[in-house]
Amino acid sequence: MELFKSTNFDFLRWKWPFIGASVVLSVAGLMSIVLHGGLKYGIDFKGGALMTVKFAYPPPIDKIRAAMGQKIKGDVSVTSFTDPASVNEVSIGTELQEEKLLNVNRQTMADVLTATFGQPQSGKLEFNNASQQQLVDRLRDPLARAGVALSDQQLQTLVSNILNFRNTPPRSGLITDFNQLSGVPGVNSAIINTLKQECYLAPFNIRNVEMVGPKVGAELRTKAVLATLYALAGMLVYIAFRFEWIYGLGAVIACFHDTIITIGLFSIFNKEIDMTVIAALLTLVGYSMNDTIVIFDRIRENLKFMRREPLEVVMNRAVNQTLSRTIMTSGLTFLTVIALFIFGGPVLHSFSFALVCGIIVGTYSSVFVASPIVLFWHNYADTRKKRTRSAPAVAPARAEAVRKSPTRAVK
Amino acid sequence: MKQNLTARTVVIVAIILACVFGIIGFPRSMADLEKNWHDNIRLGLDLRGGTRLALQVQVQDAVKGEADIVINRLKDDLKKQNVTWSDISRNDPQTVQEADNVQISVKGVPATQSSAFRTLISDKYNDWVLTPTSSTDYSLRMKPSEVVALKRDTVEREIQTIGNRIDQLGLAEKSVQQYGRSGDDYQVLVQLPGVDDPARVKELIGTTAVLEVTAVTDGPFASRDAALAAHGGVLPLNSKLVKSLPRGGAEGEQWYLVSRNPVITGREMRNARAGQDEFRKWETDFTLSQDGGKRFGAFTGANINNRLAVVLDNNIVSVATIQSKIDDSGRITGLGSEEEAVDLARYLRSGSLPAGIVYLEERSVGPSLGADSIHQGFMAGIAGLIAVVAVMLVYYKRSGINAVLALILNAVILLAAVSYFHAALTLPGIAGIILTIGMAVDSNVLIFERIREELRAGKAVVSAVDAGFGKAWWTIVDTHVTTVVSCAFLFLFGEGPVRGFAVTLVIGLIANVITAVFVSRTIFDYELSGHRRMEALSI
Repeated sequence: MELFKSTNFDFLRWKWPFIGASVVLSVAGLMSIVLHGGLKYGIDFKGGALMTVKFAYPPPIDKIRAAMGQKIKGDVSVTSFTDPASVNEVSIGTELQEEKLLNVNRQTMADVLTATFGQPQSGKLEFNNASQQQLVDRLRDPLARAGVALSDQQLQTLVSNILNFRNTPPRSGLITDFNQLSGVPGVNSAIINTLKQECYLAPFNIRNVEMVGPKVGAELRTKAVLATLYALAGMLVYIAFRFEWIYGLGAVIACFHDTIITIGLFSIFNKEIDMTVIAALLTLVGYSMNDTIVIFDRIRENLKFMRREPLEVVMNRAVNQTLSRTIMTSGLTFLTVIALFIFGGPVLHSFSFALVCGIIVGTYSSVFVASPIVLFWHNYADTRKKRTRSAPAVAPARAEAVRKSPTRAVK
Repeated sequence: MKQNLTARTVVIVAIILACVFGIIGFPRSMADLEKNWHDNIRLGLDLRGGTRLALQVQVQDAVKGEADIVINRLKDDLKKQNVTWSDISRNDPQTVQEADNVQISVKGVPATQSSAFRTLISDKYNDWVLTPTSSTDYSLRMKPSEVVALKRDTVEREIQTIGNRIDQLGLAEKSVQQYGRSGDDYQVLVQLPGVDDPARVKELIGTTAVLEVTAVTDGPFASRDAALAAHGGVLPLNSKLVKSLPRGGAEGEQWYLVSRNPVITGREMRNARAGQDEFRKWETDFTLSQDGGKRFGAFTGANINNRLAVVLDNNIVSVATIQSKIDDSGRITGLGSEEEAVDLARYLRSGSLPAGIVYLEERSVGPSLGADSIHQGFMAGIAGLIAVVAVMLVYYKRSGINAVLALILNAVILLAAVSYFHAALTLPGIAGIILTIGMAVDSNVLIFERIREELRAGKAVVSAVDAGFGKAWWTIVDTHVTTVVSCAFLFLFGEGPVRGFAVTLVIGLIANVITAVFVSRTIFDYELSGHRRMEALSI
């Protein structure tokens, strides 16, 4: 099956409309950023404390917010997750503060949850948030009194099995009734009764806690920017080395354009930007380079055989020849990224969104941004040369391009 | 050509076996297989659950502590030399950046004794630089090289002590190391996989320094104000007010007046154990070093019927009356529970932290989130793989099988490399593997499209395959290099999960160059070698 046998679209004729579209999209993105008052940073760059809590029933957001607001200084945000994979989950966040205060607030968040939804006065151990060691210590004597004889090793294994059961899907950290444990290896009714005596079940489970102080937040922001700049510079150098410098510049501008549009889309769709999003951006910078290089490679190869033709025709030819590969690769990579987006879960959500947008934009920029830039430059250089000397000025300009190409492109 | 083919096939099979061994060893049963799999593929903190803490060592505490010791020695020395003074004290910088600014000011040394004073300083305190601020006043600052050495040493000892304290949790795996780009950060990174109780860890590590055993001069008082009132609003020289936390069922806090100069500090603590006395009440027994024991003996011998207090993190843990001379071991009694006694023993055993701690960053992933993440990553991977395989087979027909085989081998090599390098697999790392599938297929697509072109141009099958691989080679190299450059910077600047992503992507790309070119080619050659003259290639 072949989709693109011998296509001959005149891509570069449409360069102006597409560049126009790029500009419009970029401006829309930038305006959205301005309207929102900046980018929506995740905790990595913004700092603060963030707690992800899963409830056994749809969480009462207002109640949580009120309870937190009483005990914690500063803004407290309570939002539920939009991702379909996370059911009944909320994300509770405090704002950035100085480290010592942040630490106190982080502990207060946990305490408030226990006070509001748990039974702190009952003297029992809360089961859904208990650690291995806490359960072992709590159950050791009562189990012995109940007549269940277990060595320390056996007790550890038993608790480990119980916790494993509690933590794996579909319970995912929350059980609502101790009788659910009856299927766990090693659990009998005496053990369940002991559990009912010694422990109670809170309707929430703390899944994840993150606390980023101002110092670390600033460091991460710097690292993100530096990584991006260095990566772009590194690639500029590499491509300038393998091709002409203008190709390198064209490729880097195309990648820059991809990054700006993707960040703009993040702002328009109100997604958070954290360190993994930076990783995604760098990846798609690399990926967009790939596409651009494949086309440039072809252009270079064609220049050898098509000496008489204008650069625009050569470029068009190259794009048409690589069209099949471009669509296939983009399509396949897009498939894997969509799989990540749909199945990957809330933690990777921003990351996969960046990749999804980036792949579409990246593919398109290789044809409609990178190549036109090179074309413009060469045409500009040609016109200048035509003015300074008469006679075939087209040939020398492209002869330069040819000189740069190593002969090893043809094996 | 045929010989080459056999050699190449052998190499490929060897690689496959080495990789499979790296991943699952020689399993003798399903349980074995699972165990080997878990042992070899290490999961990162975000998939296993665990805690990651970044903290800053407050090195200024150590410099201040050193200054305190010098002040005490100086006072003794000056007294011996009959040099008078009106006040010796130090300033109190609060941040790490100001640690270099610690200085001792000596006031009121008469001009007549100034040369005696100066000689004393240059003889015995040559780590410090003396600067006169007036005819009778001086300021002492530590030499810069000494400060640097002290700060570095403090961080090392801090790491050691934190490691010891955490060790007592009995964790199979932990990591405590200095980190931060410049040495000026004094940052320590603690990573504890599988720890589902970060609050307890932070408790164990403690947040401030000092463990002291010191003489009690007055108390107990019901509040700080009551203590001050009893002394006319001014604290006596050389003493400080310390709070005692309610323990053992007692209600409310109590304040004591204790000496500023401790008899023994955490450094002299040798060992400590929890135990029960004859009434089955919990207590902590401790033993001291020889030096500490001597000093403790002298102190207790001279202070029978007076009280002393064990002060931990500036809170009194225990007050006891000295009943007899205690040489090198003692007991802290009246503890509320076994956990308290055990915890106290742990603190005493692991020595005091040389300097305070401020937590800069904490990430802890609960085990349930970890389990969910693994599940989701896995589903995404399978979905992506199926989609890609389906498309390759439909679009490239039988040659698509080549690509699929190369892809599978790619994944196997990737997992094996992760296992051999002991790299930790994180959730972004799994995303990297999934991305590698998509990008790896690119190499095959490049080659196949080229082959199709050559076939269309009328070349014979064998030379079309040759040309396809040949022409695509440099393009493949170019495209992989740029993504590797990207990942290199991600690795340098990223941490934890992001690093995991960079690592898996780079390994995947390198593995891909091998599989797409070497392995794919071998499979093609194998197909072609079977027939004398292939008319058409299923592509």
